Amino acid sequence: MEHYNMNLTLKVWKQKNSNSKGSFETYPVKGISSEMSFLEMFDVLNEQLISSGKEHIAFDHDCREGICGACSMYIDGRAHGPWSKNTVCQLHMRAFKDGDTIVVEPWRAAAFPVLKDLVVDRSAFDRIIQAGGFISVNTGNAVDANALPIDKKDADTSFNAASCIGCGACVAACKNSSAMLFVSAKVSQLALLPQGKPERESRVLNMVAQMDKEGFGNCTNTYACEAECPKGISVANIARMNREYLKAGLSTES
Amino acid sequence: MGLTGLFLISFLIIHVGVNSCIFLNDGGETFNAVAHFMSHNWILRFLEIGLFAALILHIVQGLVVWKQNSAARPVKYAVNAPGANSKWYSRSMGLLGTLLLFFLIIHVSKFFLDTKIALYADGGAHDASHNLYAEMKAEFQKWWVVVIYIIGVISLFWHLIHGFQSAFQTLGINHKRYTPLIKIIGIGYTVIVCLLFALMPVAFYAGWIN
Repeated sequence: MEHYNMNLTLKVWKQKNSNSKGSFETYPVKGISSEMSFLEMFDVLNEQLISSGKEHIAFDHDCREGICGACSMYIDGRAHGPWSKNTVCQLHMRAFKDGDTIVVEPWRAAAFPVLKDLVVDRSAFDRIIQAGGFISVNTGNAVDANALPIDKKDADTSFNAASCIGCGACVAACKNSSAMLFVSAKVSQLALLPQGKPERESRVLNMVAQMDKEGFGNCTNTYACEAECPKGISVANIARMNREYLKAGLSTES
Repeated sequence: MGLTGLFLISFLIIHVGVNSCIFLNDGGETFNAVAHFMSHNWILRFLEIGLFAALILHIVQGLVVWKQNSAARPVKYAVNAPGANSKWYSRSMGLLGTLLLFFLIIHVSKFFLDTKIALYADGGAHDASHNLYAEMKAEFQKWWVVVIYIIGVISLFWHLIHGFQSAFQTLGINHKRYTPLIKIIGIGYTVIVCLLFALMPVAFYAGWIN
C-alpha cells in the first residue's frame, strides 16, 4: 500500500491512579505516517505533550514485536484494535484513514484495576500461575530432552497453548471479563505433557479456584476470546480445562 | 447450566412430539389420548417434578452467572464493538432466557394449570370431560395469543442455537470431528423443534386443522 500521512483525533482514557475516577481527553495528532505502529503514534503524541509541558499518557509496552503482551489498549471497541491476531505494537497506522477519531481505553475488568491512564494491573494472572501453572522438579542435572517420548500431536497442541503471552485480551474482549482462555491455555500446555501429569489434578483445581477468587467472570461460550487472541489460542483449550476440572473434581485423591 | 440445559433440550423433544399429534387432523383424538396418558402415568408425573426442578435450577444458575458476570466488569467500555468477535445471540442468553421465562409463565398458566385443575378440582370430576385439544383450538383463535407464542418460539430458537452447542463445550466436549457434527445437529434440532412449535398456533389460527 502506498505511504500516506494523516491527521487524527484521539480520545484517550486519562486516570490519575486506581482510586481516582477517570475520564476521556481529546488530543489532535498531526502528520502521522501510515507506516508507523500504533505505539509509535503514541510516542509522537507523548513527545508533543512533554515538550509543551503537559502530562504524557501512560501506557504499557515492552518488546514492540508482538510477543510480550504488554500493550493493553482497547481501540475503537476492540482489544488490540481492528486487526485480528494482532497486538497494538503490530497494529499499523494504515489501519486508519486521515481524519479518523480513535477511542482508546484500558482493559475493563474488576480483576484488572486501572493503575494509570491505559496501564492496568494484571498481577491477577501471575497469582493464577503461582497457584498451579508450574511443574515441580528436583534439582540436579537437566534430563535429556529425548528421554521422554511425547506424541507429536500432543507436543504441537501443548506448544500452541503455550504460545499464550498473557496479554489479557481474552478478558478484555469477553462480555463477562472471563479469564477462561488464559487459564485453560496454561492448564492445557502442562496437562498434555508427561512432565505435567503428576500435578494434573491439583493444578486445575487450584488455578480455577484462584481465577474465581480474583473476580473474573464465567465463561458463556461466546468465543469472543478466541477471535481477539493475538496468538489464536483455541477455545478447545477451555473444553479441555473443563474436562480436567470435572475429572479432578470426581477424583478421590484431590 | 450445560447439564440442566441438555435435560430441558431432551424434554422439548417429548413435548414437540406429543403436541405434533394435532397435525394428524383427527379432531384431536390422538392428541387427547396421548395428553391423557402423559398426565396420568405415574412415571411421567414423577419425571415432571424433575423437569420443574431442572428448569428452576437452570434459572437460578443463570441468575448467579449473570450477577457474577456483571460484577466482573464494574466500569463498562465507552466504545465497544462486540459484533466483531461474537454472535449477538451468544451474548444475549440472559435476555432471551428472560423472554422465555415470561412466555413460560403465560404458557404454563394457560395449558398446564388447566390440566391440573381438571385433574384435582372437585375430586377430579372434570377430568373425563377435559379436552386439551379443544382448549388449544379456542386459545389459538385469538390473534394476540398467537403473537405471544410466536415471540416465545423466536426467543427459544436463538436460545437453543447458542445453547445446544454451548452445553457440550461446557461439559468439555470439543473435538475436531464431533464438534462440527454437534453444531449441525444443534441447528437441525432447533429448526425442526421451533418450526413445529410455531406451526401449532399458526395452523389453528389459519384453520389448517379442525
